[in-house]
Amino acid sequence: MKSRPGRLACAAAQLILLLGVAQAAQPTISWTWLPVPAGTDPGKAAFMRACAVCHGDGPDHPGTSSLQIKYEGKLPALLEQRTDLTPDLVRYYVRNGFAMMPRFRKTELSDAEVDAIVNYLTRVRPEPAAHPAQPPASRQ
Amino acid sequence: MKAPPGIAPARFEQALRKWRGIVGADWVFTSAQDLDAYRDSYSPLYGEVTERVASAVVAPDSVEQVQEVLRVAHAARIPLYAISTGKNLTYGGSAPAYSGSVILDLKRMNRILEVSERNAFALVEPGVSYFDLYRHIRERGLKLWIDCPDPGWGSLVGNSLDHGAGYTSAPFRDHFEARCGMEVVLADGQLLRTGMGALPNSKTWQQFRYGMGPMVDGLFAQSNFGVVTKMGFWLMPQPECALLLTAEAGRHDDGPAFIDALAQLGYEGLITSQLFVESPVMGFPMGPELARLRADWSERRVPALEDYARRNGLVFWSAPFAMYGHEDVVRTQLAHIRRRIEQIPGARVRETACLRFPLADDQLAAAPDKARLGIPSLSYFVSRFAPGAPLFEGHIDFSPVVPLDGQTLREAQDLFDRICQEHGIAPLGGRVLLYHLRAACLIYAVPVGRDPQANARARAGFARLMEVAAARGWGEYRIHPAFMDKGIGYYNYNDGALLRFHERLKDAVDPHGILSAGRYGIWPRHLRKHV
Repeated sequence: MKSRPGRLACAAAQLILLLGVAQAAQPTISWTWLPVPAGTDPGKAAFMRACAVCHGDGPDHPGTSSLQIKYEGKLPALLEQRTDLTPDLVRYYVRNGFAMMPRFRKTELSDAEVDAIVNYLTRVRPEPAAHPAQPPASRQ
Repeated sequence: MKAPPGIAPARFEQALRKWRGIVGADWVFTSAQDLDAYRDSYSPLYGEVTERVASAVVAPDSVEQVQEVLRVAHAARIPLYAISTGKNLTYGGSAPAYSGSVILDLKRMNRILEVSERNAFALVEPGVSYFDLYRHIRERGLKLWIDCPDPGWGSLVGNSLDHGAGYTSAPFRDHFEARCGMEVVLADGQLLRTGMGALPNSKTWQQFRYGMGPMVDGLFAQSNFGVVTKMGFWLMPQPECALLLTAEAGRHDDGPAFIDALAQLGYEGLITSQLFVESPVMGFPMGPELARLRADWSERRVPALEDYARRNGLVFWSAPFAMYGHEDVVRTQLAHIRRRIEQIPGARVRETACLRFPLADDQLAAAPDKARLGIPSLSYFVSRFAPGAPLFEGHIDFSPVVPLDGQTLREAQDLFDRICQEHGIAPLGGRVLLYHLRAACLIYAVPVGRDPQANARARAGFARLMEVAAARGWGEYRIHPAFMDKGIGYYNYNDGALLRFHERLKDAVDPHGILSAGRYGIWPRHLRKHV
């Protein structure tokens, strides 16, 4: 059995580790015009390359603008700040598009890259959202 | 899985097997789910039996694979339809012109093969987007600009081959004019290079377009005579500074003189950037009050519109443009431009920004009017969203080329405004766009979506716009596949001699008609309706 100071040190280390994980997992907003740095998380890299041009931060990003109008501040307009996205939802929109957003083909984003984006966008989930966002019920 | 029209299932299966052997099983798609991703999200035929859809997809990764894929298709007489990044939305996206074609998806061929800072050119494959090339240049700190169209996710090769254009200085902003050297795979798999590329070990493929003999580059644009696998582009050297400017004129009747003055400044080489003349009163979209005023074609119309502009603090006509180069030079030129514009009473030129290059990251993010600074974005689509506005799902562009004459352009705007009103079309745009060199284009983004009835109305209005334009000698510069036959049908001087020449070429270089059947009205012999 560990001594009390040992337990405290262990608890502190675990806390530091948890905070560290939380900080590392907290995504920063992707930026459109920079090359993806080497070593970037594959999900974030794919997001930066394929999604951030529309869903990045700033007034030049139509995906962000349209979600701002849609949610009126009730949910973050930036996908990287959302905590209610589910894997199914992300996969649905990537492959089916919505409104002016076209579908993304496998030559643009492979299934592995979509999985990595799903992982990246759904990673920070402090608690299950009461009403997780759902894909549209049907689409022709 | 459904075979292309007229192709026996067994023959199709055999071709698919061969293609899997060439590109790998992961890069041949036949499932309904995978094919769905190739539908044209902005199709005016969406969900109807006439919608143009693919029967399969093959996605090569190299020129050699493209050659092999075409040889198989040529032998089996299977129709292919080539796409680059598949983002030519408004003009067909990633769907074929001939329903049932196999999509030849070149997106995986996304190599930036060379960028020369010294001689200001790039050599790229079809899957390279404007964002890709911009990031490549910025990462290396090269003193070069690209020129990009409104949405930056498209292909340099694809946009150029569809006669697309951008915003910076001439000639870079006319993307086919900015090309230099092409590599093309013909229907039987033969490989050729144009211009100096025909000279083995050439050192000037991207610097001298002509080579020797006939220059055939144009045959591979808006056509189906080959598959372009490499293309060179001239790039603009990074200028010392850019001035962003807006010319303004205050009265309805200033329109023709304002357009003429700007056009003359373009001819003189004082304004080399793209510019458009827009009006918050005469353009689109418009609210209910403006719609009511615009629907009144009596003598009350002009005073009411000018009153509307005054009440709402709107400048009647404005024309954003840019000047590039050494600051002392462009400011001297600007003085001439101001003198010319100010000859119109009350008109002026407003400087909105002066930027020096290279831009730091934060300056880049905050830069206004990015397209005129050669910075790709999708900001063009932001205007499609407004609180309370109906969901904007897609659009097809009516884009007639009209003489660069102020009076004619104003008459064209009013004419198209009337037709839109008659057909209940609420387009976006309607600007006078000095897009390509030496002609104006009026672009009306006609909304289309998922409602077949609304799409039918949009198609009827679109067809009427085309008819009215053609009757006045104005043809489209580019068009959606659903209207390609109609569009090229108006280019019928001397009983359609040009189209018949295209068909003779088609028969010679693609006798089995495997490449992109129907693109810009060029059909292989066995699919021609008039034969």
